[in-house]
Amino acid sequence: MTSSVLRTEQVDGVQRAEMGPGPFHRRLGLTDDELDRITLLLGRSPNELELSLYAVMWSEHCSYKSSRLHLRRLPTSGERVLVGPGENAGVIDAGDGIAVAVRIESHNHPSAIEPHQGAATGVGGILRDVFTMGARPLAVLDPLFFGPLGDARQRWLFEGVVSGISSYGNSVGVPTLGGELTFDPCFAGNPLVNVLCVGALPIERLALGRASGPGNLVVLLGSTTGRDGIGGVSVLASAGFSGADTTDLDTAKRPSVQVGDPFEEKRLIEACLELLDAGLVVGIQDLGGAGLACATSETASRGGVGMEIDVAAVPRREPDMTAWEVMTSESQERMLAIVTPKDWPEVEGVCRRWDVRATVIGAVAEGGPDGGRLRIRDGNGPAGGRDGATLGKDDVLADVPASSLADAAPLYDRPMAIPSDLGARRADDPTLDEPRGDCTAELLSLLCDPSWVWRQYDHQLFLNTVVGPGADAALLRLAGPGLPNSERGIAVTTDSAPRWCAIDPRHGTALVLAEAVSNLACVGASPVAVVNCLNFGNPEHPEVMWQLSETIDGLADACRALGLPVVGGNVSLYNESGGVDIDPTPVLGVLGLVERLRRRPPGTGLVDGTEILLVGPRRHHRSADPGGLPLAGTRWAVECRARRGGVLPEPELDAHRRVARLVAALVGEQVAGGNALLDSVHDVSGGGIAVALAEMAVAGCVGASLEGLDGHAELFTELPSRFLVATRRAGDLLERATTAGVAAAVLGTAGGDRLVVDGLVDLALERLQDRWNRSLEGQLVDN
Amino acid sequence: MAAHVGVVVFPGSNCEHDVAVALERAGAEAELVWHTNQDLRALDAVVLPGGFAHGDYLRPGAIARFSPVMDAVERFAEAGGPVLGICNGFQVLTEAGLLPGALVKNQGLRFVCSPASVRVDSDRSVLTAAIEAGRTLNVPINHFSGSYVCDGRTLGRIRENGQIVLRYVENPNGSLDDIAGLANAAGNVVGLMPHPERAIDELLGSTDGLTLLGSFLQSAAGARAA
Repeated sequence: MTSSVLRTEQVDGVQRAEMGPGPFHRRLGLTDDELDRITLLLGRSPNELELSLYAVMWSEHCSYKSSRLHLRRLPTSGERVLVGPGENAGVIDAGDGIAVAVRIESHNHPSAIEPHQGAATGVGGILRDVFTMGARPLAVLDPLFFGPLGDARQRWLFEGVVSGISSYGNSVGVPTLGGELTFDPCFAGNPLVNVLCVGALPIERLALGRASGPGNLVVLLGSTTGRDGIGGVSVLASAGFSGADTTDLDTAKRPSVQVGDPFEEKRLIEACLELLDAGLVVGIQDLGGAGLACATSETASRGGVGMEIDVAAVPRREPDMTAWEVMTSESQERMLAIVTPKDWPEVEGVCRRWDVRATVIGAVAEGGPDGGRLRIRDGNGPAGGRDGATLGKDDVLADVPASSLADAAPLYDRPMAIPSDLGARRADDPTLDEPRGDCTAELLSLLCDPSWVWRQYDHQLFLNTVVGPGADAALLRLAGPGLPNSERGIAVTTDSAPRWCAIDPRHGTALVLAEAVSNLACVGASPVAVVNCLNFGNPEHPEVMWQLSETIDGLADACRALGLPVVGGNVSLYNESGGVDIDPTPVLGVLGLVERLRRRPPGTGLVDGTEILLVGPRRHHRSADPGGLPLAGTRWAVECRARRGGVLPEPELDAHRRVARLVAALVGEQVAGGNALLDSVHDVSGGGIAVALAEMAVAGCVGASLEGLDGHAELFTELPSRFLVATRRAGDLLERATTAGVAAAVLGTAGGDRLVVDGLVDLALERLQDRWNRSLEGQLVDN
Repeated sequence: MAAHVGVVVFPGSNCEHDVAVALERAGAEAELVWHTNQDLRALDAVVLPGGFAHGDYLRPGAIARFSPVMDAVERFAEAGGPVLGICNGFQVLTEAGLLPGALVKNQGLRFVCSPASVRVDSDRSVLTAAIEAGRTLNVPINHFSGSYVCDGRTLGRIRENGQIVLRYVENPNGSLDDIAGLANAAGNVVGLMPHPERAIDELLGSTDGLTLLGSFLQSAAGARAA
């Protein structure tokens, strides 16, 4: 079913999901026009249960109604792509009979009001998205964004989120291999908690979330259904935080946050993978946002069939639940499987062994030319609850076309506007007038050691972790229980730069993708697929829609230039507090492959007696800055000088591809067991050469001395496509660079117990290490 | 003939595949043993792997100790069979009373996953019999409740008997007397918090785990011969 496009001018005025008095559909978050559309689709007025189903399925979170028109511009195909966007996870062919599934999600609003459970259930949800494809989840990465930690509430959020990820992820038995950590005042009222999961499967186990075969059984697996999480997608995820004082939100919305049980999920993973291995399910889908309403309508819609559901059969954890509560509950750790009647006894056996509840709650029905209908009943007895009053014959509580829930939400072409202050902001470029200061002190202030976070995560389970958290990218052996043998490795990174995207979402996003590709190169991997989590403010603000549209164009252009498909994504809107939107924060997850993984890559740690080179351009000649060393949007400008304006360097993606390919090839040779030219390698990103060099010195416990840098601008610029490398064979490296058409220059040497950048920085290694060790943990302990 | 080692799988265990891989790398034949199994007599040795048996609900190991397999593990141990508990497996062994003392939450009350150095302090156990005392090994830790505690009399006894087989070089969790690994008085039941299976390949950063598992398998072969 195709959706027509509504102009939002028609529906403004009743856009906001406000619970309270007023017509029932508005209280559910549906607009008057959406009600009319439902009436048209059904050919009659919907009853309250039906309205509730549409409300959750047509919520921003489930339907992507504000972003879908724009998302269509992303390139999604590629030779390795097996499953693109629209399924539970993207899947690529990694070779050797192994497929890799990847998915990214946000759990921003739940984490804002209940950080531990919000983050924990975010992990649980993403795992289900991946194992529902038949993949064993192998790695989780968590990009996290908070306000500065000087504030007690931010520390509560940060520590709660980390403990939630740690307790759920460790217990469920999936290693957490990385992520990102960003502290910026724009996230104080609305933190971001994104989560990416990578899994692998023997290619023939690939499963899809699609129902087929009329007469087949619809089976609910896992936990009982309760009242937790009702309205999560509409009340929580599809509306902003209104108050400047976020604490008053806690009590009102906390019941919409679900509670996770990693032990239940662990058994569910093992049971589902065993069912898929044995070929006992026809189709399978997890229950996440919008619960049964979503899983039943989406599987039926994808398969072009109907579905009969009896809510009376759904095992409950609370008495007296109404049909709409059962259908929209977001109780965690549940899956929906389609099973043939013949296989049902065997399915029951597998589930009994894993102590996983399995209940037949309905059956697949015939579809018509426009798909099938979703019919909901409530047992054979009298229908209970308030729905009873509006019931038709045969106790059918709801009877709607399945695809109308899943696919017929209106698409909004919301008004866009360039932010009115953009011109002034871009004119305020720190490159031009911000004077040099105490570079040593500024460097120290930019350090952040994230190990306090990842030491709390099991990052070694499955014996695959060759490079774990804290490095440019995670690198794993492509191995796991049930996978064919392979010498390949997979690499994965998540990247973002809201400070870049705030001044130029289009170029900023392209630069973020470039950065992710650089990170993969540092562990010898070539990029193969992208997933995106687009975290933005309120889509009813035209400036936010402009940011979203620019971001998608920037991502689309950069993906095409780098030959990368987008295989999945998530859009998180309404990230606002007190009417103020967060900076646009596209988070990109990029998956890379290593052909042969036999040795560890060189790592970031400096090695005594090596020469340090910059590989990549030293200056940017398409920059607005005549010196070619732009500082706009850098961590230095934003964090040391509170300057948030200026013009970003224009991405030069062809040149970027050459540099990244050279580094990936050099490291790739080393991990394959061949020529070891590099002793260390690190991507130059946030904080520029200064921070990259300091991190390399700390990691190697070795000092360094650099000469000839062009002032603080060359020290702190975040020009893309650049790497710091250390080698004993600088001549060979320069030759390889020349052959590849890549600039490279010797900047200095590694050794001694001081970090010296001639004329700019002079610092004892011990002081650097001490500052590094206290950079994050000190903020938590001292306050 | 390769030693035949059973790796017990409780619901919620998660290191069982890793342990099986590591045992095979060390030369054993590994078999996963479901927690309802009540007969372990065909095995040369038994390993209780890490993870979160029964979700660690109530207390790590508190529910797992009542799994049917634990009676069989107890009989196996009484008969002198080599039993190794790794991390959660160590916690289960203390809950089951097969090892003295208990493991409580880490000092600092946070989960810790990190490399660790441990020193072999006694060769009077199936885990350390083939390793010279004093040797330092790099074997990672990964736990929330790894801080060993026991009463003073027990501490005196286990010290005297040489039951403290591994000590942390730098104590990561507040463990009493830096205890990282502990044997029963007979030396055939051993628990340790570090994960030897995670240190079996240079690609993963260390091969010292193979030294420990190799020693354990030698003991298993010896037990079978005896």
